[in-house]
Amino acid sequence: MITLLVASEVKKTFIMHMRGGVELPVVANVSFSLKAGSCAVLGGPSGVGKSSILKMLYGNYGCDGGQILVEHHGRHVDIASASPRLVLEIRRDTIGYVSQFLRAVPRVSALDVAAEPLMIRGVEREAAHQQARDLFAELNLPEKLWSLPPATFSGGEQQRVNIARGFITDHPVLLLDEPTASLDAANREVVIGLIARKKAEGVALLGIFHDLDVRNAVADHVIDVSAFAAGKAAA
Amino acid sequence: MSHSSTLEALAAAGIPAPVKPLLTVEGLTRVYGKRIGCADVSFELWPGEVLAIVGESGSGKTTLLNCISSRLTPTCGTVHYRMRDGAISEIYKMTEAERRHLMRTDWGFVHQNPIDGLRMTVSAGANVGERLMAVGNRHYGNIRGAAIEWLARVEIDEDRVDDQPRTFSGGMRQRLQIARNLVTEPRLVFMDEPTGGLDVSVQARLLDLLRGLVSDLGLAVVVVTHDLAVARLLSDRMIVMKEGRVIEAGLTDRVLDDPRAPYTQLLVSSILQV
Repeated sequence: MITLLVASEVKKTFIMHMRGGVELPVVANVSFSLKAGSCAVLGGPSGVGKSSILKMLYGNYGCDGGQILVEHHGRHVDIASASPRLVLEIRRDTIGYVSQFLRAVPRVSALDVAAEPLMIRGVEREAAHQQARDLFAELNLPEKLWSLPPATFSGGEQQRVNIARGFITDHPVLLLDEPTASLDAANREVVIGLIARKKAEGVALLGIFHDLDVRNAVADHVIDVSAFAAGKAAA
Repeated sequence: MSHSSTLEALAAAGIPAPVKPLLTVEGLTRVYGKRIGCADVSFELWPGEVLAIVGESGSGKTTLLNCISSRLTPTCGTVHYRMRDGAISEIYKMTEAERRHLMRTDWGFVHQNPIDGLRMTVSAGANVGERLMAVGNRHYGNIRGAAIEWLARVEIDEDRVDDQPRTFSGGMRQRLQIARNLVTEPRLVFMDEPTGGLDVSVQARLLDLLRGLVSDLGLAVVVVTHDLAVARLLSDRMIVMKEGRVIEAGLTDRVLDDPRAPYTQLLVSSILQV
């Protein structure tokens, strides 16, 4: 199996200047790799730093040490030290992300939210919308919601918009932050199916799943984040 | 679009698109007597990129914007701009006439108060058409047609084309100011608190409109705002300023979600949650 992403000795510490500069070590020595066609799961109790790791991989959090090498446009680039422009390019073409919560933009319809990652890559609006409609239908999102802004949707409905947005592209690496937390059993099954399809397409996935059924259904291996926990005494 | 077809032609020939910064700001400083307006600011802006400059009132963000956009001569430092023909020009070495031409064609400037960017006693159509005439358009029918088309793009009904903007609401005036700026298809637009002073529902509509126009037209934008939510919605990168200096800079969502500098942490933690 081809390795698409390698994290080595990644470190994250928050310095809280509002609280007198107290240091909150989150994780240290985070080292793992992601392989094409495989789903890795970050394991460990809440607060151990799972989301922080995903966010560092996506460039949303800065790293305080280490490297995150990803294969991007045929070469290896380090996300930990990449310029903002390069991070945006990596997000556009290489690393996709399903966040836990949808950040709704006023007046933008669910269809546009889900289709945006394709449109950023130059896909025509109508073709992008068609793919979004297909995913919405598969995720059982009621059709009457498709043209509405998701701000007023329920948690589960917003999450399905977010999932469609994350799964619509063919990014080689896909990060999933509790994509099934607000879903009912039937829709959890749909997401399990979508993940299986990504694996079959050779995508490298990394996810956080608190739901054991989903986790057992998708995980090829579990990365125990407790092993990377840094300086618990300070927290 | 001729620009994209050129890029496609280059791509077809296997030549990577020659992407270079559109704007390069180096060591830009403006002092007022002993007081610092802005000090030693440097950054690059790339085609199609939106940069937000944030900070509280008095942080120097408007001074910086005015220095970059040739509206206020800096005390020292340089601003280089890549012209449409690819030549790099230093803004403050151009003649006054060349700068004025650039401001009217390849650049736009959206003021916080539409009164500063519009002529209030001529019609909406003339406000948009005026910039076209400034670049040599003389055909009345074409100009009026373009004006109506741009009013529609900013969601102003065609039947308001002959009305003066003083009869418009604040939100409509701001949309008209945007149309006036974009009609010459500029590549770089400066915006000073474009949604300041508007009701939130009007602000949401304007932000949505701006987001759409920026991505459809591939505009590079430097937007000054004190509103971090506006910065998050509109910008790719941001610069945080305090007392005239850059405190923190980087990818917008990283600066907002993982702020490093004490001042940025203070700003982010001061946002009210709804």
